[in-house]
Amino acid sequence: MSLTQPVASDHQLARLLQIGIVLEEVVEARSAKHAEETSGEHEQAVLDLLAHAETESAEHRRQLEALIDDLEADTVPFEEIEMLVEAQYEADKDFDGVLYDQLCNEETAYKFYDDLIEAIEASDVTFTIDRERLLAVLSDIREDEAEGVEDVTDLMEDYQ
Amino acid sequence: MNTQAQYLKAIYLTQQQEDGPASTGDVADMLDVSPASANEMIGKLENRGLLNHEKYKGVDLTDDGIAQAREALQNYCIIERFLIEVLEVEEFQAEAKQLEGVIDETVADRLDTIIDRKPQCPDCFDPEGDVCGLLEVEAEVTSD
Repeated sequence: MSLTQPVASDHQLARLLQIGIVLEEVVEARSAKHAEETSGEHEQAVLDLLAHAETESAEHRRQLEALIDDLEADTVPFEEIEMLVEAQYEADKDFDGVLYDQLCNEETAYKFYDDLIEAIEASDVTFTIDRERLLAVLSDIREDEAEGVEDVTDLMEDYQ
Repeated sequence: MNTQAQYLKAIYLTQQQEDGPASTGDVADMLDVSPASANEMIGKLENRGLLNHEKYKGVDLTDDGIAQAREALQNYCIIERFLIEVLEVEEFQAEAKQLEGVIDETVADRLDTIIDRKPQCPDCFDPEGDVCGLLEVEAEVTSD
């Protein structure tokens, strides 16, 4: 049973996509911070994972920005979110903490896109942007997030 | 947050305002739904052990209901603060109400990593202003 409420308007859709962009920016900024903090101390596999997460989030952000453009809404500058992450960032000094944070990032993003797709599918609104394109982009990103969860989980198991 | 969470939050805040059981009419008003819809949902929540409902007396949340309501309120506060601090939305209350049905608590937790929420949240929430009481203080300080 779906518990998510349908997306009610172009405005609300744009707002939700903005939140998606911010979530991606948080992942991007936190991954970079984690890589900085853990550099040289841990296995290359963790640094590779963080680098991949950072690149992938930047790509997702660009895809979401293209959708937002068509809704004539503003994006949220990465520098602004990077600054906020920096201000609130508490370094996870231990190795498990970094991987756990990455797992939270991926799981949260997956849940967000899954709920958003469900809320769009449940909506009767005709959006300014093409619904099929919108759902295709969001489904692709959700797929990436699902793979991301698996990658982090695999790495966590390797270190157990 | 889903509909259940929105109801629990509304009942919790109404009980706080009344300092006792919440009337179904007040809960319906707060959520802008019909009394019949409110009654139906309250019945479901009672079956789930989240509240006790006595006719003519009102609705009283159980300990489980209070815990879930406080979590829902905290998520709402995160959404409001996020809208104000990050997206600089002027009509943040109206938008937070629309978004609370779509933003899950795991997502709210991540948004929480970039906002400046106070440790006493959600006790600082002002139900009448529909906003964190400390945010109003901050706004007054800023405007001075």
